[in-house]
Amino acid sequence: MREITASGQTVEEAVQSALEQLNTTRDHVKVDIIDEGKKGLLGVFGSKRAVVKVILTKNQIQQAEKYLKEIVNNMQVATEVTTTVEDKHVTFDLSGEKIALVIGKRGQTLNALQYLVHLAINKDGKDFYTVTVDAEGYRVRRKETLESLAIKMADKATRLNKKVALEPMPAYERKVIHSALQDNHHVSTYSDGVEPHRHIVIKP
Amino acid sequence: MKALIESIVTPLVDHPDDIVVTETEEETKIVYHLSVHQNDVGKVIGKNGRIAKAIRTVVYAAKSDANKRIYLDIM
Repeated sequence: MREITASGQTVEEAVQSALEQLNTTRDHVKVDIIDEGKKGLLGVFGSKRAVVKVILTKNQIQQAEKYLKEIVNNMQVATEVTTTVEDKHVTFDLSGEKIALVIGKRGQTLNALQYLVHLAINKDGKDFYTVTVDAEGYRVRRKETLESLAIKMADKATRLNKKVALEPMPAYERKVIHSALQDNHHVSTYSDGVEPHRHIVIKP
Repeated sequence: MKALIESIVTPLVDHPDDIVVTETEEETKIVYHLSVHQNDVGKVIGKNGRIAKAIRTVVYAAKSDANKRIYLDIM
């Protein structure tokens, strides 16, 4: 992040001169006023120049979108990226041909991309964002699959009266299963193992 | 492929100019060797190799048509 200190007759002038030096516009900077300055008597005696510190901020979301686009393009997959921002949560939705390549087996490539984008977006920005990378509604479809899996496995557990262990999943996929079975009084769920092999166990 | 690795790594490090990716082709595999600035090594490996794993997942997914295995070596 670049920053610069500038002075001028008034705060406005100081900011202007800083913007010129940084060659940017008002939207891309954060302004800290160090000294507001004084007009002084008749504009001559006791006048003090205004001093401001102008910090160049990067647009984190735009940067992240660019980053994601660059990666998928370099993977030789033609995709469109749609970005939606909700407060501090950013969703990037990918769509295009060969989208399966971007999702990978059980979404592992998509999860890897999501993690990388999460790192890039929060690297040196002032705001903390959570990131979802989705591909043509994959996350919704996956959620439905997980929920039906949860119900099936809970049935199995009660029928056999035995613990049933599922395969390892990332945290939010486990969360889907936990919440799907929360209202089921016949079984209880817990997670066992250490990341990245942490998995759900359904207990009757 | 080299461009892909560079584009993934560049925003994650503090010294993007020190990223070097070299390619070595062997009989059955292609090895990409990634080296970064000394202070950035942790940023491409991550806790328990989490970042390295994510980078590898993406790189392996993008493997080209050549019927050779791809390895990514991080120094």
